[in-house]
Amino acid sequence: MTAMAVFLRNQMRIIAPFATLIVLVAFFSLTSRSFASLDNAANILTQISVTGIIAVGLTFVILCAEIDLSVAAIANVTGIAVAYFTLQEGYVNIANVPLPGFAAILLALLGCFMLGVVNAAGITLIGIPSFIMTLAMMQIGAGICALLVRGQIAYAVPDLVSLLGAGRVMGIPYLVLVAAAFLLAGHLVLTYTRFGRYVYMVGGNREAAEYAGVNVKLVLGTVIVISAMCSGVAGMLGVAHFGSAQQNEFDGYLLDAIAAVVVGGTSLFGGRGGIGNTIIGLLILGVLNNGLDHIQIDSFLKILIRGLILLAALIINVYVQKVRDSA
Amino acid sequence: MTEEAAPPLELRGISKSFGGVAALRDVDFVLRRGEIHGLVGENGAGKSTLMKIIAGLHGQYDGRMAIDGRPVHFRSPREALAAGIGMVHQELSVVPDLTVAENVYLGQQPTRGGIVDWRAMVDGARRHLADLGIDVDPRARMGSLAIGLQQLIELARVLFSGARIVILDEPTSALSPPEVQRLFEVLRGVRASGRSIVFISHFLDDVLAISDTVTIFRNGRLIATEAAGAIDKGWLIQRMIGRGHEELEGSYIGAIALDSRADAPVVLGVHGLAAGRAFADVSLDVRAGEVLGIYGFMGCGLIELARTLFGKLRADAGTMSVGGKSLRPRSTAEACRAGIAFVPESRRSMLFYGEPVYKNMSISVLGRIGRMLLRPSVEKDIARRHVQSLSIRPPTVETLLGSLSGGNQQKVALAKWLTWPPKVLVLSEPTRGMDVGAKEDVVRIVKGLRDQGMGVVVLSTEPETVLSLADRIVVMKKGRIVHEFAGQTVSKDQLLEAA
Repeated sequence: MTAMAVFLRNQMRIIAPFATLIVLVAFFSLTSRSFASLDNAANILTQISVTGIIAVGLTFVILCAEIDLSVAAIANVTGIAVAYFTLQEGYVNIANVPLPGFAAILLALLGCFMLGVVNAAGITLIGIPSFIMTLAMMQIGAGICALLVRGQIAYAVPDLVSLLGAGRVMGIPYLVLVAAAFLLAGHLVLTYTRFGRYVYMVGGNREAAEYAGVNVKLVLGTVIVISAMCSGVAGMLGVAHFGSAQQNEFDGYLLDAIAAVVVGGTSLFGGRGGIGNTIIGLLILGVLNNGLDHIQIDSFLKILIRGLILLAALIINVYVQKVRDSA
Repeated sequence: MTEEAAPPLELRGISKSFGGVAALRDVDFVLRRGEIHGLVGENGAGKSTLMKIIAGLHGQYDGRMAIDGRPVHFRSPREALAAGIGMVHQELSVVPDLTVAENVYLGQQPTRGGIVDWRAMVDGARRHLADLGIDVDPRARMGSLAIGLQQLIELARVLFSGARIVILDEPTSALSPPEVQRLFEVLRGVRASGRSIVFISHFLDDVLAISDTVTIFRNGRLIATEAAGAIDKGWLIQRMIGRGHEELEGSYIGAIALDSRADAPVVLGVHGLAAGRAFADVSLDVRAGEVLGIYGFMGCGLIELARTLFGKLRADAGTMSVGGKSLRPRSTAEACRAGIAFVPESRRSMLFYGEPVYKNMSISVLGRIGRMLLRPSVEKDIARRHVQSLSIRPPTVETLLGSLSGGNQQKVALAKWLTWPPKVLVLSEPTRGMDVGAKEDVVRIVKGLRDQGMGVVVLSTEPETVLSLADRIVVMKKGRIVHEFAGQTVSKDQLLEAA
């Protein structure tokens, strides 16, 4: 086999999702007049930003061969919490506790940090499988949301949150810049730090990492807390972006974030993939969601089509990984 | 001579390779009716591969196999079993939570009207076990029985499921001498009934005691097949390991002179250590520049002791000290910081197969190379040094670990502790599954570390491993230390007797 072929085979994990993305972009560009425009590209980036921030934390978790099902719930709690501590208009019927903006933000961040710590303690100290622990946290998060807003809707958030979630600089939404900063930071941590290497090694062979003297529980606990913090930030900015804070606001983001990470080629079994994969996965998802709105088809059919295309992308990824592993 | 019946099992020209490495080369093997056929050879010599082909675990091979003269080619263990071939593995596949009777009838319980017929099952199991001379209550829970009995019951199950050829893999490694005698009686009974047995073992005395015929493997070739009465242990050993390995040969024949260093400072002190039901009241001193061998049968608590020393298992009682400082490790990271290093018995559980060699070596020392950030160039430099000094093949640090041979993988596993040598190195079964050359390399590396002043603990269920490495030997039995050999000569027989 030539060196080029070896190189290509090793890069398959990123090439296959990238090819999927190109095919989708080409397809929508050809079938819709309005899809291929700069404005729409900016739209897509904005649409994937909240998912993107969540997906950064989730990438860490999935690289460790764990899962976090509470990301959307924690995002929701944090978004509601930051509104809860902000002075609302008179017609909002919530028994909230108005505080200065920075205090509201700090309390909301502390909230998502604590929920992450509870997740981490359950998984590492007690030994509950992450799937179950974060499933419970998903319910707990939903419960906290319900208690805080009691079926009402809050609108006001601190100025800083409002700026980052809904503001623009030179025409670019701050939200996109924040997402890009999170993705970049995630990539740097995973690639260039000792902790990042441990994440890959723990995901690659947890027992071996432990026998090498790596503090596996600390690594697992940290990625779970990172995931909760990313979700929290996404939740606050999301509330500003949508213009309201209410129950079940982020429900769709759980599956979107997991799909983005996995469709991008990060292995659910841990140890393989990274932020680069997650970015491609986010773009695939964004192009798909956005593109289907630009072509003339039955809107009720779109949901099914979306599912089928995601399935196809996953099949391609699994198949490509098999080709790579067997050769 | 009226007619020569076809042998129950005949193999001709069997070859098998794994990823370009030949595991078996053109092997002819014949098993006769009512014969116990001993199979010996170093790890990696090809005997397990051959048996796995016979038992249907490897479907891809070259050559021909025939059962009673009929050509066969098994592609699954189920097909082999249907043709009358059963295997009792070293690691038993009994179900500890079921009764003896249920284990005997596993997968074929007698039923009446769709419901398990308990009485028929218990009676049937009792009769069947009595036929084999095994005295045990069929209603007893499997897990409550001694390992030797469990093994006999698994053998009974294999025979009961219709096997006429039984392959036993290391059947005596976990047994005490009386248990071995009981097993042999059962095997002689099986032989008398006209069934055939393949007896794979590292315990050459056992092989010579029970076998009618012995076959020796080396480097994937069948070296010789002889009647057991015509040969002795020395003859076997020479053919097993080839010429020019006197040091290893010594560890087989025994009488190794132990030379301990009573004057050096104690680097690892263990006092009254206990963990669950695995072991209790273990006290040891390991001195700088000495290799302490701990020998015992399988299931005697060795594996658990090794894990406890490294903080993977938590001790219930007792104290530990490293370099004079007391320590009660609650995690492997803590043990590691205190200066203990550990290489577990299974390579699979200590290496990262999908990662390059250098990342496998640097994982334990990343914190010393850089506090927060990685420094890949330093990692690679360190790895290159180890690759060169340990002559790892291929000699590049970017190779994915999974593509290395077993011996080279073991060297990589050792190498990760060599950059900043620990005070104490704990090795569990360091030469398991290795060929002679790789074994000698490991012995050389470990002795080199000892000479640098490291305290080394070698735990093994293989007497040869302990004898070839240790300066002092303690013997563990049922979770307790029962004997110590120091400053004397010791042979394998003495070790086995003490355990």
